[in-house]
Amino acid sequence: MFKAIITVKLRPSILDPEGKAIEHALQSLDYTALSCVRIGKRIELQVDLDDRAAAEAAVDEACRKLLANTVMEDYTFELQKA
Amino acid sequence: MSKVKFGVVVFPGSNCDHDAYHAVKHVLGSQAEFLWHKEGDIGGADVIILPGGFSYGDYLRCGAISRFSPIMKEVVSHAQRGGHVIGICNGFQILSESGLLPGALLRNQSLNFVCRHVHLRVENATTAFTNQYASGQVIEIPVAHGEGNFYTDLDTLAEIEDNGLVAFRYAERDGTITDEANPNGSLNNIAGIINREGNVLGMMPHPERVVEQLLGSDDGIGVFASLINAISGDVTIPGVAVLP
Repeated sequence: MFKAIITVKLRPSILDPEGKAIEHALQSLDYTALSCVRIGKRIELQVDLDDRAAAEAAVDEACRKLLANTVMEDYTFELQKA
Repeated sequence: MSKVKFGVVVFPGSNCDHDAYHAVKHVLGSQAEFLWHKEGDIGGADVIILPGGFSYGDYLRCGAISRFSPIMKEVVSHAQRGGHVIGICNGFQILSESGLLPGALLRNQSLNFVCRHVHLRVENATTAFTNQYASGQVIEIPVAHGEGNFYTDLDTLAEIEDNGLVAFRYAERDGTITDEANPNGSLNNIAGIINREGNVLGMMPHPERVVEQLLGSDDGIGVFASLINAISGDVTIPGVAVLP
């Protein structure tokens, strides 16, 4: 059994106005060293499979089909042994 | 009474379904029925309307969960058989999520929910959804959305433009295309597109909200009247401001 931690973010080529607004707030707090803010989603789920390769394949397919829209989003995930 | 039969899909969270039903059933005198999203067939409808609203609470992404509702399988095969499908606002988001239309609807560039009347320029008046308008005609239709920022990669955008697939563009009252007239940041001010085959339309503005003078305007009725004209050839709508 695994725990999957999935991160979904807007693709780098797409303007992220929410990230921009947060970046401006950081600047106004004098965090001048912090920039390039991108907002994303974190999805956690349990995978009831014992084989890591099978678990990876299942999560990857779920990301492509439902969890991310690859027209506008990129996704990454990691599997932790549960 | 028009012989054309409309099916209005009702998802949990749809809230423009009754407006769409009213437009085609009461204003245009067509046959219409509601189709609950759990149903496994579309009841012989000629045209499927995916109405506006917040299906499934917009969870995950707008339209992402609705596209897997049982009825969507039938809607997709209806479209693949050449049947007509129109998605308005949330319906447009569902169509792009389901792959029946290219691109995606991002969050509005302003990050605000935009709810106001906008002007649209009819870009292609030869479609099944716009034949009761004139090319270049400007109509006033309300928008009400938080995620209507049409986006696609540049190759797909070129394909959309080169093939005349833009049905409506956000414009000024006089028809000029400006950034100020664009309520959400959509690429090329795109407000509505059709697919390559011309039988599927998605648009963010709400034509069903302006279908009779009682509502302040009938600028939107032409979308539904165009469908009746395209399918049955009989447009007999009294008092509708459409082309002769």
